[in-house]
Amino acid sequence: MDSRSAGNLLREKFPEAVAGIEEFRGEITVTVETRKLLEVMTFLKENKELSYDMLLDQAGLDFPDRDPRFTISYLLHSMKFNNKLRIKTQVAEGFAVDSVSAIWKAADWMERETAEMFGITFKNHPNPKHILLTDDFVGYPLRKDYDVKGPNFDQPFQVCLDE
Amino acid sequence: MGVEATVPANVQEVINWARKNSIWPVTFGLACCALEMMVASSATYDIARFGAEVFRPSPRQTDLMIVAGTLTKKMAPILRRIYEQMPEPKWVIAYGACACSGGIFQSYNVVQGVDQIVPVDVYVPGCPPRPEGLLKAIIELQKKIAVEPAGQRNLVSLPWGNNG
Repeated sequence: MDSRSAGNLLREKFPEAVAGIEEFRGEITVTVETRKLLEVMTFLKENKELSYDMLLDQAGLDFPDRDPRFTISYLLHSMKFNNKLRIKTQVAEGFAVDSVSAIWKAADWMERETAEMFGITFKNHPNPKHILLTDDFVGYPLRKDYDVKGPNFDQPFQVCLDE
Repeated sequence: MGVEATVPANVQEVINWARKNSIWPVTFGLACCALEMMVASSATYDIARFGAEVFRPSPRQTDLMIVAGTLTKKMAPILRRIYEQMPEPKWVIAYGACACSGGIFQSYNVVQGVDQIVPVDVYVPGCPPRPEGLLKAIIELQKKIAVEPAGQRNLVSLPWGNNG
């Protein structure tokens, strides 16, 4: 099944979960309600007609003017039917999203990165630690309102030798 | 110029002479500057002319750390640990703009100069510096080692302490 039919099937199957389907140059983007995300994602992976068995990418986006503020984008690939599908879901500041790392193992590190960079919590994540930042890092660097120099830029950096 | 000019005046000069002509660097490249460091050991630039060609994979067999590249805050404890693992006497070259001062990365994740983590002997600016820059830094370091007074280096591996 190609990605356009996949979007239509999703709308048919989850009419209350699919908020919109966009097409841009043959790329299909399905916006999904956050509370139904896990259900939809499981369906996309398990359904034999869809078989989106590979999570290529997962990323967070910050739109300070929008409400809800954050968008999380998942890029899925079907090895069997050789097509890609983008799933987007929107989450407000301070709210949590279900982790999809139980469905695709690849989501583990990507969700950790999204969590530390934007301050989005992922529910039921197997290892919710920092991945690129130091453990004691405070702040969310990829938010639009974050000063790129960070706090204490003009202070000497204190190296922590304990693990 | 007689014979006495070529005979060293004391033991310290002999020690310094031996040290400055066998500076073994630790294999430690952080970013694109590391490629220039590798080129410096190629046939064209031949870092072996200065006795510094033996890049050791273990910090415990080295005298020199060439910090070649951007030091992120995540990497800083590791750099410090490798420095601590090197036996005395040891020297550090900050190679490239990022190692000297953070370079173009005025950012939350980059240490603004490795001299905040380890004591630096020679700074080499440039983005990246040419391999000749590294050779010049090693020559400068040799000059620095040649005039090091006795007792300046604390040999921490010996329990009775100071003999270098």
